[in-house]
Amino acid sequence: MTNPKTIAVAMSGGVDSSTVAAMLRADGHNVIGLTMQLWNQRRLAGHEGMPEQVTGRCCSLDDVYDARRVAEHIGIPYYVVNHEERFERDVVRPFVEEYLSGRTPIPCSLCNNHLKFDQLLIVAQQIGADALATGHYARVEYDERRGRWLLKRASDASKDQTYFLFGLNQEQLSRTIFPLGEMTKPAVRDLARNYGLALAEKPDSQEICFVPGGDYKKFLDAYLSDRGEALPDTSGELVTAGGEVVGEHTGIHNFTVGQRKGLGVATGSPLYVIQINGDQRQVVVGGQEQLYSRMLRAHRVNLIAVDDLHQPMRVAVKIRHRHEAAPATIEKSGGDEVLVTFDEPQRAITPGQAAVFYDGDIVVGGGWIM
Amino acid sequence: MSAIPRIYLDNNATTPVLPEVFEAMRPYFGEHFGNASSIHHHGQETRAAVERARDSVALLLGCRAAEVVFTSGGTEGDNLAIAGLTGAGDHIVTSSIEHHAVLHASRHLEDMGCEVTYLPVDGHGLVDSDDVRRALRPNTRLISIMMANNETGVLQPVDEIGRIASEADVYFHTDAVQAAGKVPIDVKRIGCDALSISGHKMHAPQGVGALYVRKGTRLQPLFYGGRHERSRRAGTENVPGIVALGKAAELAMQGFDRQNDKKMSALRDRLQHGILAQVEEAGVNGGGAARVPNTTSIYFDHIEGEAMVISLDLKGLAVSTGAACSSGAIEPSHVLVAMELRANRARASIRFSLGKQNTIEEIDIALALVPETVARLRELSPAYRKQAVHS
Repeated sequence: MTNPKTIAVAMSGGVDSSTVAAMLRADGHNVIGLTMQLWNQRRLAGHEGMPEQVTGRCCSLDDVYDARRVAEHIGIPYYVVNHEERFERDVVRPFVEEYLSGRTPIPCSLCNNHLKFDQLLIVAQQIGADALATGHYARVEYDERRGRWLLKRASDASKDQTYFLFGLNQEQLSRTIFPLGEMTKPAVRDLARNYGLALAEKPDSQEICFVPGGDYKKFLDAYLSDRGEALPDTSGELVTAGGEVVGEHTGIHNFTVGQRKGLGVATGSPLYVIQINGDQRQVVVGGQEQLYSRMLRAHRVNLIAVDDLHQPMRVAVKIRHRHEAAPATIEKSGGDEVLVTFDEPQRAITPGQAAVFYDGDIVVGGGWIM
Repeated sequence: MSAIPRIYLDNNATTPVLPEVFEAMRPYFGEHFGNASSIHHHGQETRAAVERARDSVALLLGCRAAEVVFTSGGTEGDNLAIAGLTGAGDHIVTSSIEHHAVLHASRHLEDMGCEVTYLPVDGHGLVDSDDVRRALRPNTRLISIMMANNETGVLQPVDEIGRIASEADVYFHTDAVQAAGKVPIDVKRIGCDALSISGHKMHAPQGVGALYVRKGTRLQPLFYGGRHERSRRAGTENVPGIVALGKAAELAMQGFDRQNDKKMSALRDRLQHGILAQVEEAGVNGGGAARVPNTTSIYFDHIEGEAMVISLDLKGLAVSTGAACSSGAIEPSHVLVAMELRANRARASIRFSLGKQNTIEEIDIALALVPETVARLRELSPAYRKQAVHS
């Protein structure tokens, strides 16, 4: 250890961030544990479909308890910081509105952009930390030649989380450390055991932290009811791509592109949602083959590896977390918009999800699918 | 982590047990271990100790020993008084700046069929006694207004409220947890029927407190069991804690004789004036009202109190802001919110509260740490510093 720094660690109470804190501490850094209080799970408890018992992830008291125990075990100061207001404004509310507009949102990316690498990074700086470390599986490094901070895929491709981090700017990347970027999950659990962390065997979180049980429809109902707002009527027609009305639906927020079940239309061949027209409250259905498309537009694009797209660029583009990045050409189509043209048609390009552009391991940038 | 000197200016949260208090309670863990209800020698020893402590607490409050009920602390005293003096259909008058022990107990009683009026406060954090008078209804049974506020230290007009209660023939309870040991208390002058105090806010340990209940007042107990505390509070007495509370009450009385409260307010003022002299765009919440001598709540515009508390803690100075929620995260203080401070001041406020153990040297160290921390936070907020950390 040559150069000890003061490093704030974003601790969620999970294995990854706990191990990060323990690693940095073992390396001799001056480590400060921080957990963000983002959402009061109790708030919607008792609403239909919401659990009475609060056992959700990342915003729950259990996770704060776990993080606090780790901090105590490894001997670092630990604080919970309250960002509930910002979380509701910048993550929960947009999440609800995206669904009501017929899109399929990714709250984790919003949380990274607006909370973890914004609010928490500010707190980290204010309390004297040189950098913020998180348990994300991703790599960040400075490229002398380009004079830019690069975001790169994790060595363990199966755990790579860069899809959720495309919104980070140069300033944020320069202050961020991802100590797990070169590690595999089993290796992280081994380390956690070696450090004597009681939560070494804790299961990974899978769902959206503020949506208990993963049922987003019930969450929308409970959230709006808690706010004293009525669920807007987004019911309308089920139509074919040719415009033929084949049925009715109870609300566009109940659908996502590529969905097959629950359409309530009996036909000979299987039907899928191929598009949602929010303005007309129409859900467009069609056959499997109609789900495929070669083009998409992304807006609110953030570029990381390059400062601008001066000319079309060959990249691989990922259109959802579990999608395998597919070869494509990207070109600027005005303002912060980018046109993506895939070499091969891609299945179920879904508005509201992110399109993230890769050059090998390097994240070129990304934007939101329109 | 490393041993940095620690300065504790959060005595409204809890206080260290004074050495004399600790010495007084120590024998009651070992040699004098009897159950105060036992008829044998061991029981007689501890019974005597409990009753001596009751005398000391009675002296502190200006009441008779028989009017003192020992409790587990302020929260129990508040709950016992509020629930014990009211029933379904009764109306309760309280304020928006009460401790959660009073507020949440009142909310529970609303669920149980009581009506509750939560009075506002003015910009100084003061309840207006005329508001209390106006809030009275034919079915008003209880007024519960605190004696001193935990966030601002502002002393409420309890004497006037006591007169109003007496004229209207309604019960008056006051939560004196933040007043006891800091300012003299006289239940006769206040004219209250119940008054709660807590040991650990006055240099006795956590887990003990007392409730004054005026003689002849009918009080429903919270617990059912043995006939302890004249059937007002069942449960074997916490003898070491009670002995400690008695000793702390004695020391508090001696302190008033020696005008230690004046010394305390001089130390508090040194801190407050020193900060305001060095920091711009800062001021005192409730500074225009009479306050207990150990507390000052200061707002620092353009900072987040949360970052301030963490930064100061990392440098060894313990202060607080607002109230911690169950996760330990900081929520804006409901007291400061009720004062309708200018935008964001509730979030930008820090409470400094002194104890008997604090020294002038500690205050001067705090006076060096606070301005530099405020300057740093303001410099970093909200724009990021423009240099990289990697390399």
